[in-house]
Amino acid sequence: MPTISFDQAIEAALAQAMAEDARIVILGEDVHTLRRNLFVRFGRDRVRATPISEAAFVGAAVSAAMAGLRPVVEVYMVDFLGVAMDALLNHAAKLTTFSGGRWKAPLVVRAPCGGGYGDGGQHAQSLWGWFSHIPGLNVVVPSNPADAGALMLTALADEGPTLFMEHKLLSEDWLGFLGRGGRDTVSFDVPTDGAHGQGPDFWQPLPLGEAASLRDGDDLVLISVGVGVHRCLQAAEKLAPDGIAAQVIDLRSVAPLDEKAICEAARRTGRVVVVDEDYMRYGLSGEIAAVLMAADIKARFGRVCTAETIPFDRRREEATLPNVSRILARARGIMG
Amino acid sequence: MPHTKPDLPLLYRQMLRSRLFEEAVRDLWQAGWIPGEMHLGLGEEAICAGIVMQLRRGDAMALDHRGTPPLLMRGIAPDSLLKEFMGAPDGLCGGMGGHMHLFAPEQLTASSGIVGAAGPTAAGFGLAAQQLRPGTVSLAFFGEGAVNQGMLMEAFNLAAVWKLPVLFVCKDNNLAITTASDTVTGGRLADRARGFGLAYFAADGADVEAVWRVADKALRRARRGDGPSFLHFECVHPEGHFLGDPLIQIARQPGDQLKQMAPSLLKAAVRGRGASVGKRVGSLTTISRLVGRTALKEIWGRHDPLAKCRKKMKLDPRQLDAIAAAVKAEIEAVVARATNAA
Repeated sequence: MPTISFDQAIEAALAQAMAEDARIVILGEDVHTLRRNLFVRFGRDRVRATPISEAAFVGAAVSAAMAGLRPVVEVYMVDFLGVAMDALLNHAAKLTTFSGGRWKAPLVVRAPCGGGYGDGGQHAQSLWGWFSHIPGLNVVVPSNPADAGALMLTALADEGPTLFMEHKLLSEDWLGFLGRGGRDTVSFDVPTDGAHGQGPDFWQPLPLGEAASLRDGDDLVLISVGVGVHRCLQAAEKLAPDGIAAQVIDLRSVAPLDEKAICEAARRTGRVVVVDEDYMRYGLSGEIAAVLMAADIKARFGRVCTAETIPFDRRREEATLPNVSRILARARGIMG
Repeated sequence: MPHTKPDLPLLYRQMLRSRLFEEAVRDLWQAGWIPGEMHLGLGEEAICAGIVMQLRRGDAMALDHRGTPPLLMRGIAPDSLLKEFMGAPDGLCGGMGGHMHLFAPEQLTASSGIVGAAGPTAAGFGLAAQQLRPGTVSLAFFGEGAVNQGMLMEAFNLAAVWKLPVLFVCKDNNLAITTASDTVTGGRLADRARGFGLAYFAADGADVEAVWRVADKALRRARRGDGPSFLHFECVHPEGHFLGDPLIQIARQPGDQLKQMAPSLLKAAVRGRGASVGKRVGSLTTISRLVGRTALKEIWGRHDPLAKCRKKMKLDPRQLDAIAAAVKAEIEAVVARATNAA
């Protein structure tokens, strides 16, 4: 299997699907340059640049999906979906129920997310919990190229709306575009195994809502998505010399949530730390705690999340986002 | 007693200050002192100076992601701006906002990195002005790329029906990041503005005197309660959408950039199962036109507001040198203080 980047994996999976299904179209700002390879291969009718008007083109993508297309609609950053929230909240997510199950919107929304490069709190959010709160939306957050390509096929094949979130630290293209800007005077804490990895010659979809256990351990389980998964793996590595064996679970999607994998790991280890780059309150970490309580699982619980608006200053940004030392402190805290 | 004609040397000095400050910011960004994206107002100096320098106490501003020039001209200390960009605790917003999220409550000035957000913000500032501070106004600064955002058009309507004292200022470089704006914008902006019931004014955005004159008219209108205006100015962005703009990088180092892009583009062009040959050629043409347009454009041309102003002022070269030396010394001291403190 060749080594590819996170971006190349998504592009390869998309190209494979677009070659097979003429209903797949890409809509979004600047896609003629951002997705130039697909633009050249599939032409302007299938890779269509939009005005900066998220409410219009995300809304239009929902109804285009209802009427037979399979749109992949892109926004520059998940933060900007605030502008188009109505299309997702009140329309895409409601359609199946409102139509008595007779109408679907097979739509993929691509949204770069996450911080760690000093872009300020309006351009660094994760927000997957916000979308997962809404019944009727799938929210996928891959942590490596192989999962990214496979989950893109999953999203394309699904009959419902799926938010496909790409962390900017995993995406060479986005980090180059927004963080580096052609400079070699700035550096970023990029998880190597997340930004590059193996990819197949022919992509196959993954089941939706199936977590992956990336490391075994009996003493506690670290649960995360996206870049957080890599921070957990680093933390688990550092806990090992202290005789603490940590399991690491990559949820891969926040909605649907793999409750079975979470409960099994919690039952076995009795200690759970959720690492979530999204906001702490009313989010993934609280949801996991509720799942465990509802299943009558007695486990010690900790969470390492983003508790406040993300500061612009990179030092304070780093301290605000989940990092390895915060994970270690929390993990050690619940070992006692 | 309001001025009836612009004080060009004063406007020139402000434009030069903004230019030299932003060039210093560019260099510091390039050297890694400033993280993330950096959108400069280089090329917008005349638009900002011609309007902002006419503001009075109590007037408000809603800025986009290019907020540096208006804030400087409104009297915010360059030290506090630069320190903010560097994330310092003693920056304008304590290092918490960064260059896209600049807030100055004393000057009633707010910024946003969300395209079009200046519209509703200016409408709200205008409403407060109308009720609490009659005779004051609010400004919204945005690019022509923002004019298709619903929230901006909704703000046009709100301002028109409530006769709010708002100036909607459109800085038009006909490029929305990497998309030619005329390919994604229906109709003409003049018709659109008038269709919403806004008074429409246009002038050369590189000519500070012309900007000043139309802004004077729009401001008088707003101050006496006659309602909102749409001010339309053309300009250029010599550093592109933001520093490190890929189109500018290609234009400046075509070899390096094309070497990276070309293999995958060619592969895409000949790969089986896709669009017709004609459509593929069409796509390649679109991309190469975009690159060519950036590469071939004489960056400033007749659009440099400073050059234009120098021509009009007809100042003695020694006077010009004295202004330049004073401004340069001020900015160099700002940079030295900020980098020494970091």
